[in-house]
Amino acid sequence: MQTRREALKHSAIVAGLLASTGLFPQFAIAAVDKSAFQAKSVADVLKALGAGAPVESKDVTVGGPDIAENGAVVPITASTTLAGVKQILVLVEKNPAALVALFNVTDSVEANFATRTKMGQSSDVYAVAVMADGKAFFAKKEVKVTLGGCGG
Amino acid sequence: MADPMRIRAQLAGDKANVRVLMAHEMESGQRKDSAGKLVPAWYINEVTATLNGKVVMTAEWGPSVSKNPFLQFTIKGAKAGDKVGVSWKDTKGESRADEATVS
Repeated sequence: MQTRREALKHSAIVAGLLASTGLFPQFAIAAVDKSAFQAKSVADVLKALGAGAPVESKDVTVGGPDIAENGAVVPITASTTLAGVKQILVLVEKNPAALVALFNVTDSVEANFATRTKMGQSSDVYAVAVMADGKAFFAKKEVKVTLGGCGG
Repeated sequence: MADPMRIRAQLAGDKANVRVLMAHEMESGQRKDSAGKLVPAWYINEVTATLNGKVVMTAEWGPSVSKNPFLQFTIKGAKAGDKVGVSWKDTKGESRADEATVS
């Protein structure tokens, strides 16, 4: 019998295949976004979004506490000074699904966002800036969690 | 209908610093209730921000954004009196839209 987890994994793969064939252009965008939120690792997320291999850059910054007492509420900031940013992603590497939030940047907003995230355990937090030409730059920071925020 | 958002848009030069606090459970789908059953996921997955009706930012969120999400961003080229609108949609199809004035 298929477990839910396997079913999800399969649907993500199928969605990826559909997207890569380019047969369903209007459908592909939605499918890509969905599979990105199910991807488990940072590399998988970027692959699902169609971005290139990320390069560490000092023009991208990620902010957060060194030690988070409560993993249910971890304030994270992500920003970049690079021009031509299309998307800013916030990722927590060791969460069940790495992608936390994806911001579509326009010319009218600064590429600087702050939000709060849940973290199951101590992990690296990534801010990734995806450029209009598909290049990806990232910054990472380790956040230690004393009390996890994902389990019951 | 979900509770209203709290939006504050503060002008600094020609930029508006927008802070939003949304009221939402943001259930991750990982948690178990007292009977040991998984609580189904229920979270905001789409956020849109507008300035005077024009979309300036959209965001897609996963289940790992915290309960009662906080969001801060900066809109360029804003003036006092401009209207900043923020709307969200969750995985149950519920939505909420609120507006604030830049000051």
